[in-house]
Amino acid sequence: VRRSADNRNWSARAVVLLPYLWLVIFFLAPFVIVLKISLSQTALAQPPYVPVFDTAGSWTGLMEFAKQLSADSFRLLLSDSIYLWSYLKSLQIAAISTVVLLAVGYPIAYGMARAPRAWQPPLVMAVVLPFWTSFLIRIYAWINILQRDGILNDLLMRLHAIDVPAAWLSSDTAIYIGMVYSYLPFMVLPLYAVLERMDESLLEAAADLGCPRWKAFWLVTLPLSLPGVAAGALLCFIPILGEFVIPDLLGGSESLMIGQTLWTEFFSNRDWPVASAIAIALLGVLLVPILFYERLQQRSLEGGR
Amino acid sequence: MNRGASSFNIVSVALGLAFLYLPITILVIYSFNASRLVTIWGGWSLAWYRELLHDDAVLQAAWVSLRVAGLSATAATMLGTLAAIALVRIGRFRGRLLFSGMVYAPLVMPEVITGLSLLLLFVALGVDRGFWTIVIAHTTLTMCFVTVIVQSRLVTFDRSLEEAAMDLGCPPLRTFLTITLPLIAPAIAAGWMLAFSLSLDDLVIASFTTGPGATTLPIRIYSEVRLGVKPEINAVCTIMIAFVALGTIASSLVAKRGAAQRERAALGAQV
Repeated sequence: VRRSADNRNWSARAVVLLPYLWLVIFFLAPFVIVLKISLSQTALAQPPYVPVFDTAGSWTGLMEFAKQLSADSFRLLLSDSIYLWSYLKSLQIAAISTVVLLAVGYPIAYGMARAPRAWQPPLVMAVVLPFWTSFLIRIYAWINILQRDGILNDLLMRLHAIDVPAAWLSSDTAIYIGMVYSYLPFMVLPLYAVLERMDESLLEAAADLGCPRWKAFWLVTLPLSLPGVAAGALLCFIPILGEFVIPDLLGGSESLMIGQTLWTEFFSNRDWPVASAIAIALLGVLLVPILFYERLQQRSLEGGR
Repeated sequence: MNRGASSFNIVSVALGLAFLYLPITILVIYSFNASRLVTIWGGWSLAWYRELLHDDAVLQAAWVSLRVAGLSATAATMLGTLAAIALVRIGRFRGRLLFSGMVYAPLVMPEVITGLSLLLLFVALGVDRGFWTIVIAHTTLTMCFVTVIVQSRLVTFDRSLEEAAMDLGCPPLRTFLTITLPLIAPAIAAGWMLAFSLSLDDLVIASFTTGPGATTLPIRIYSEVRLGVKPEINAVCTIMIAFVALGTIASSLVAKRGAAQRERAALGAQV
């Protein structure tokens, strides 16, 4: 008996250890390196930053290394207004997109939850399916529609709604369309999950007591669906804040979102310390929403353990 | 939830689905357009597909993407399943909070951050960037999706079957292989497919972690798309959509068969 218990302990340890080690090496450790490089300085070298940590370094080597670290990159982030505007623009786009997603997604989720039982799995499937096709393809599909000689302008001109082709592409409007389009399943599914589980007798009780339908929605349905609202909003807001592909392909070039700024610093300017500092600052902004999201996930998947 | 959909409910669902599917439909239709211009319909044609067959750069990129996706999805499924078992079955262990934090964070982490941090890790380790670094990066990203899918199956899992097997003297590993694994297999398969399609789809993380000679299909498409709409790209996209649609239909058929078998087994147990 003793031996089998030991065996179980051993296999249990392996089950935890393998994914644990993988995540520590490839998810956690990289952040430490990003933090370290954000405190380094740009250099014309390979890799393009100093100081490079000497792995064979002794204690004095470590002190030497620590002395060379600097907060220059972070100072630059604060002093050059480009970066601040970039963060503000990202916050604005993420906030407005999330509100629009809620306004568009809630009626869809509500309609799905009230559909006949047999229809619900195919409806869920229909909402998920576009998510399985490539993100890039879905954004690209909108370029076909929104470009100057695209389908939308063609349609509007034929309807005589406009006389000259309008510039839909390279604008914030195009970014919002792309965001709402790409993230809609992430908003609809958590909302549907809570609405579908809702106890209908609560609404019947409200109706029996003479509560009008709109008021019952406001007083009963909406408050009970708040966990879904929170999950959907976080699931959209957090990735949108750091989004790169959508603003890069659909947006204009006059003001960049923070993901684009990071990309430019890294690939065009080859300024790795500043790119790392941008990442660290973005992570700082996202820390609270991410922790909040993790608590929601844990609660829903582990039954509030 | 209250049954009986009002007309408002029907309209909102219909509009929502139209919004989701119209752009993709337009793209598919225009991949068969004989004319190079989007607004001019030049009749049905397979010209762009024929041109694609001779586009070695795109074909090569597609081959790289498929190999990356296959390898990383397989590794991610193994690691993700282990992580799900650890979270559900091995209730308490040291560092559990950190572990669950690391499992859920990549799901929402902006891709630019994940990509940048992995690249800097590879540089710090002195690893040559290329095919294998993309595989590692995609494994890290997608294993968390696998974990969530397998975990949600394990939570709703009837443990009495396992306990019965163990009571009858079946060793834990054998119990896992003969009882647990077959029962969570649909979730594992779904996790693999999601990991595969996420890897096939990823542009940002692959761009950061790639090196010379490892251009994936999204990287290729992205560099073409930046130069404007091209009918060949419509054709590539249509092929990818068809691929995904076939995969989804196949997997839902498999899932249905699995459900039917389970029901039959449950009935048999009752009789």
